[in-house]
Amino acid sequence: MSYYEEDDLHNFEKIGRHAPELYEKFMAWYQACQEDGALSKREKALIGLAVAVTIQCPYCIDAFTNSSLENGSNMEQMTEAMHLASAIRGGASLIHGVQSHNAHDKVSM
Amino acid sequence: MTKNPIIQIRPRNGKPALPLSEISFQDRLAESGLRLRAAKVEILQVNVGKLCNQACKHCHVDASPTRTEIISRETIDHCLDALRKHKIPTLDITGGAPELVPDFRYLVSEGRNAGARAMVRHNLTVMFEEGNEDLPEFFAANDVEVISSLPYFQARQTDAQRGNGVFEKSIEALRRLNSVGYGTDGSGLVLDLVYNPVGAYLPPEQKSIEADFKRELAARHNVVFNNLYTITNMPIARYLDWLRSSKNEDAYMQKLINAFNPATVEGLMCRNTLSVEWRGNLFDCDFNQMLEIGVAKNVGQKIEQFEPSQFEGRQIMTNSHCFGCTAGAGSSCGGTVS
Repeated sequence: MSYYEEDDLHNFEKIGRHAPELYEKFMAWYQACQEDGALSKREKALIGLAVAVTIQCPYCIDAFTNSSLENGSNMEQMTEAMHLASAIRGGASLIHGVQSHNAHDKVSM
Repeated sequence: MTKNPIIQIRPRNGKPALPLSEISFQDRLAESGLRLRAAKVEILQVNVGKLCNQACKHCHVDASPTRTEIISRETIDHCLDALRKHKIPTLDITGGAPELVPDFRYLVSEGRNAGARAMVRHNLTVMFEEGNEDLPEFFAANDVEVISSLPYFQARQTDAQRGNGVFEKSIEALRRLNSVGYGTDGSGLVLDLVYNPVGAYLPPEQKSIEADFKRELAARHNVVFNNLYTITNMPIARYLDWLRSSKNEDAYMQKLINAFNPATVEGLMCRNTLSVEWRGNLFDCDFNQMLEIGVAKNVGQKIEQFEPSQFEGRQIMTNSHCFGCTAGAGSSCGGTVS
């Protein structure tokens, strides 16, 4: 058995059993964030997908892959969004290499 | 949750079968305080048969080059009689590939002579079949509104659904339609496209994806068209086979049920469309036709028995597949409905 169950994505509302008001507030916020605004629903779905891949949440990846498709994105666009998120994540690691360089320079002649 | 479970027959083997659903469509309508009754028949949709030069993976007709069911001249004449006698405003011709039926051009020209607006659901590639090379000119001469499926503006998605090489041929056909004026400003010749998802998900917002298609088809292929309609894939026939083989049936049905939108019901096509089968039998829609769910028993069952006063207000026959037309912004032969 895996710790991740595909059906749990559709059972999300169960998390509201012990704190319904907080769950309702969360869902209202979560859904409002995905509506058309200064950014389109399509752009927001792509941002959601990029973040989902970055935080490696299988539920979010499933949800935002479908959401991106249902908002008219294609796999080329979705893959570019995922590359950007991954590149930022890679860059965030790599820029810490400067700290290594600094540390090296401090102790080196 | 399940008040009135629908009895399902899972095996299909080319026979009509319904998707599994944990709630009946009628129950969901009742929960919303709605009833589904027919309005006046404004569109006579004639399915002239199952013969097609393609065998698309999502086809709700199970159409293919090996099918032999096609309409006779006698049944066409019954349809024309109904158009004339009752002054039905629109003749909507579908198939299969209607152009492969020997009396297709007779139906179109006589339908126009009867005063009906004529729409043809044209798959584009049939234009390259022998004897159909002059279809653009024929359509233009009869002022036919052409509605063509093109699931995406890229080859990979289109060919995945409709067959290898279909995209390239479709683009060539669109260029030929454009060359006689279809889809161009001021010509009055209408060329509409139909988008449907290449998979188990719902269509995007119609105006948004239409803008993408217009931009991309013009830039990449110098092709123009009038409107793009988004249609939800109906979970029956060959598409149901695909849902089952890809293990998407349950999730897709849940998606349709969760997306049920009561605001779509008033505009559903079954309310103002009467569907005629190649043998002249009557149905509330083309999907019911493929499932062999006929019109209510208290009205005429054949086109020659059609009487408008009898059909207006009739009960529409529904089942689990109807969730395909009420999800999200809704779905009809003319795109979204809400």
